[in-house]
Amino acid sequence: MAGLELLSDQGYRLDGRKATELRKVQARMGVFAQADGSAYLEQGNTRALAVVYGPHEMRGSRSRTLHDRAAINCQYSMATFSTAERKRRPHGDRKSTEMSLHLKQTFEAAIMTQLYPRSQIDIYVKILQSDGGNYSVCVNAATLAVIDAGIPMRDYVCACSVGFVDETPLADLCYAEESVSSLSVALLPRGGQIALLQMDARLHQDHLEALMEAAMTACKGVSKVLDEVVRQHLQEAAVLNVCP
Amino acid sequence: MLKSKTFVKKTRSGGVMKIVREHYLRDDIWCGSEVCTGCKQESTVLQKDACIESNLCSYPHYLIPDTNVVLHQIDVLEDPVIRNVIILQTVLQEVRHRSAPIYKRVKDMIHEKEKHFYTFTNEHHRETFIEREPGETANDRNDRAIRVSAKWYSQHLKPFEADTEGLKVVLLTNDLRNKQTAEESGFRMSSATVFIISGEEYIKSLIANPELVDRLALSNDEKVTNEITSSKLLYPEHLPLSRIQAGIKSGSFLQGTFRASRDNYLEATVFVQGEGEDGTEVLLQGLQNLNRAVHQDVVAVQLLPRNQWVAPSSVVLQDEGAAKDDNVDEEEEENTLKESATESVRKPTGKVVGIIKRNWRPFCGMLNVSQIKESTRHLFTPADRRIPRIRIETRQAATLAGQRIMVAIDGWPKDSRYPNGHFVRSLGSAGEKETEEEVLLLEHDVPHQAFSQAVLSFLPKMPWAITPEEMAKRMDLRHLTVCSVDPPGCTDIDDALHCRELENGNLEVGVHIADVSHFIRPGNALDKEAANRGTTVYLCGKRIDMVPELLSSNLCSLRSNVERLAFSCIWEMNHKAEILSTKFTKSIINSKASLTYAEAQMRIDDTSMNDEITTSLRGLNKLAKILKRQRIEKGALTLSSLEVRFHMDSETHDPIELQTKELMETNSMVEEFMLLANISVAQKIYDEFSECALLRKHPAPPPSNYDILLKAAKSKNVEIHTDSAKALADSLDGARVKDFPYFNTLLRILATRCMMQAVYFCSGMDSDFHHYGLASPIYTHFTSPIRRYADIIVHRLLAVAIGADSTYADLMDKHKQSALCNNLNYRHKMAQYAQRSSVAFHTQLFFKSRGILNEEGFVLFVRKNAIIVLIPKFGLEGTVFFDSKDKTAPNIVFDEEGPTLTVEQHTFHIFDKVKVTISLDASNIQHQKIRMALTEPVIPGVSVPVPDVEPQAKKPKLDR
Ligand SMILES: [Zn+2]
Repeated sequence: MAGLELLSDQGYRLDGRKATELRKVQARMGVFAQADGSAYLEQGNTRALAVVYGPHEMRGSRSRTLHDRAAINCQYSMATFSTAERKRRPHGDRKSTEMSLHLKQTFEAAIMTQLYPRSQIDIYVKILQSDGGNYSVCVNAATLAVIDAGIPMRDYVCACSVGFVDETPLADLCYAEESVSSLSVALLPRGGQIALLQMDARLHQDHLEALMEAAMTACKGVSKVLDEVVRQHLQEAAVLNVCP
Repeated sequence: MLKSKTFVKKTRSGGVMKIVREHYLRDDIWCGSEVCTGCKQESTVLQKDACIESNLCSYPHYLIPDTNVVLHQIDVLEDPVIRNVIILQTVLQEVRHRSAPIYKRVKDMIHEKEKHFYTFTNEHHRETFIEREPGETANDRNDRAIRVSAKWYSQHLKPFEADTEGLKVVLLTNDLRNKQTAEESGFRMSSATVFIISGEEYIKSLIANPELVDRLALSNDEKVTNEITSSKLLYPEHLPLSRIQAGIKSGSFLQGTFRASRDNYLEATVFVQGEGEDGTEVLLQGLQNLNRAVHQDVVAVQLLPRNQWVAPSSVVLQDEGAAKDDNVDEEEEENTLKESATESVRKPTGKVVGIIKRNWRPFCGMLNVSQIKESTRHLFTPADRRIPRIRIETRQAATLAGQRIMVAIDGWPKDSRYPNGHFVRSLGSAGEKETEEEVLLLEHDVPHQAFSQAVLSFLPKMPWAITPEEMAKRMDLRHLTVCSVDPPGCTDIDDALHCRELENGNLEVGVHIADVSHFIRPGNALDKEAANRGTTVYLCGKRIDMVPELLSSNLCSLRSNVERLAFSCIWEMNHKAEILSTKFTKSIINSKASLTYAEAQMRIDDTSMNDEITTSLRGLNKLAKILKRQRIEKGALTLSSLEVRFHMDSETHDPIELQTKELMETNSMVEEFMLLANISVAQKIYDEFSECALLRKHPAPPPSNYDILLKAAKSKNVEIHTDSAKALADSLDGARVKDFPYFNTLLRILATRCMMQAVYFCSGMDSDFHHYGLASPIYTHFTSPIRRYADIIVHRLLAVAIGADSTYADLMDKHKQSALCNNLNYRHKMAQYAQRSSVAFHTQLFFKSRGILNEEGFVLFVRKNAIIVLIPKFGLEGTVFFDSKDKTAPNIVFDEEGPTLTVEQHTFHIFDKVKVTISLDASNIQHQKIRMALTEPVIPGVSVPVPDVEPQAKKPKLDR
């Protein structure tokens, strides 16, 4: 049997997208009233829920207190029903610990933590359904949740994965496409700063530039969508406030 | 960004896994037609004036073939007459899953501009995508998708019908059911008319090309009606794929590659890949058990119970003569196979239960014209004896008789003795040199077309000169006395050498290799073509280049007295040939002389000559002798194979003299330094790139390979040790028999046959690097980049290692490199076979004009019904058979242990000296062969008299 043809000669991918097209992004902010900030985001079939508490006083061990800025605490998890195979996923396994760390690093770069010294911000993200690009979807969902919580950020932080097939960069990989060598970028689009860049596979350096270029473009695409979601949300909120 | 609005989820379930995939449907997929003004397409493929003259369609039309039409009628679709075809994505995907070679051919056609083939991505189009309905099979869904797309096209182009003289869409389908369904679903009645025509009817209706009909593959329905149907099914049914897969999983079936026997059409083996490297072979005997598998097919076999296991027969059987009726049983011939064998020699025996993947390609061969004069059905005999005879239908039998033709297999029904096929093209008259050369190139899958314009466009522009920038980057070695030593007539000079004394008394030795990687840059068309060809193929009197001639014979060739770019490996050595330092550098050289081996030898031997070239050669020769001795002390093998050379007539290019190649000291001098360079480079690139160095290894043969050598030596009371290469080399050196000077050479020839094939591999994918024959822990090919692609890769790796060039992605990818190695190994093997066939063909030409000769030879192998004789004078090997059908067979006793063969009173041993007649047997024009018959020793009723007159009547059968 021949393997999957990830990119046809006509330039279409398995799911009908062209190389640079993103999956459909849909999001809602403020899905939970109890939390300080929350958001639900779908990027294709990958779905994530993000909840933010804070900034608040340090809880638990005081030793982690930072005197010049807020400490960020991230926790990533996957729902048992998030993949085709139902799996019990204990908290704190290596993969989610790593992902939590990546998220923490990303948001430390984006949130203006120096405004809240000696305090703590908690970000909880759960993947409800997984179809590739978990990290990116978490970042995007968390960004919306942080905005919903009213925590100032330098910029939206938008993430996207890109892969490399037949000398062509593919943006926003779905699960079937994740077999190729790929990288994930979290970008602060306005200044073009990279909050996090992650790559596990081997890639020849000749290709890196093209791939980075594609990743940045894709992130900017994501940021446009997120921006729209935020504006929409604010408008709805404003309407609610005006005529209760 | 995102154009699609709707999306549909496709669910694929296999086992308990549920896979949910998104599917975006688009509005921006265009129809590709010139006439359409509605689509916002940038370029169009399908022409406005889409005329193929046909009796059925008098209007311009676009063809939409369904999957089966593409799969079966690919030979017709490839004809230049067929243009303006819409290939649906559904069809393309199905073809891709069903047949990789046909998929490639379709893609080639799509890329060809003149064919006007357009791929319509119907599965992603909002109006042509359909979901599978409950209860509908995947096949039915695809058929429906094809119909929906055809209808869409028809409707889409409807508004333009008036401007285009009634342009229409024609759906080609062979599937009667599909046609019916299409008609029932009101296709014809709907406002947009789609014409549905079966592939065959359409091709038959073409006015311009009546001979296309011959290329028509027989469809299944036609076969049923045409076949001489007999109540008796000749073959067992093949199991469906699902049951095969279940059987393989449970272990009741084995999957493997079917390998037909060259010598016996009723026998084959299936090679089953086991865990890791090793695999097992399953023996198959008899037509029923072979069950319509063709050489190279991937099949599922079931083992027979142990008590039915048999031993491989050493009988030679050819499927010859007139077509056998389907119901004639072959028991007679099959019975000859069945004989009681001792338990020890029995092998796992099985039967084919199903075909997993057919590996059919077009086959070269000849037509056996049917004896019935009016018949259009004839048998085709492939040149490759492992392929069964094929029944084809043609109206041009009279013209095709005596020609070499190509035929493709269409199918093999279970009630048909032979597979059914169709004529593809003619290659020319049999026996003519051009035709035969074409056949052997095709049969050995040697790419030999002229280089395409795209490839040639990457050649340097003439006049070419070394630029100052290039000069600055390289080491200038033009002042050195470099010279090349090659066989006479060599125009692709890969390597040149120099040797000089340094001021400190040490010697500097340089090996300079043509810098091909400077001209062939990674990834361009020229590079891809060379990578695909893999090697230059040398036939007698003809060379099929790996790279265009401008490079191979001019710019890369290190000719004398011109400035050339080289990649140099320079050692400092002391007079004991110990390497003190090694340096690799890109350089510029100016060779002072291109010598032949004989000329170089003469200079070395002529004490009156003392010029720089000669001193350099003497220095090289002295060091080479030391190197060779050291190598042999380490256990390197010097094996032997007789190579022949033809002296060609300069005008007719016919061979006029045949001579075994003789080896001079200078041959081994050059070889020694090439080995040294290869080993040095191998070490360097492996040190630098432990994961992706391209190396060459030669595995040690399994002990059982030596059986025949040990037995043969023992028969002359000589003991051979095979525990290590060194032991083998030493015992071969010591193997001498009084009054039999040729014994040692014969033994070395036999030892060569025991060896394994050396192969290229990627260092990151393997752990065993050892080169057995050279007794070197690491080895690669660096010294012949003009004629071997492996060397180009090694050059690139080495250039990166010394900072002279940059890497590129594929060079550092061990999986891609491993795939490349597989291709190179395949091409090298095929090139070797092609070369052998070419020698065999020229040997025949040579003997054709010689009549019957009587020559001395030695028995090389003993078989059950024959001996194989080597004639040292011609380097020729032939078989003397003792059981021919038209004579009363002599009394033959074969003893496996010896092995010996007793014919009447005389017993043949390996290495016996015999005399045989040699003549050309042209009774079968396709398989002309050298025939040998025994003259000495004289065995009454078996041996033939020494020829002095014309040959007697030919024995038509059972000769090889
Ligand atoms: Zn159109």
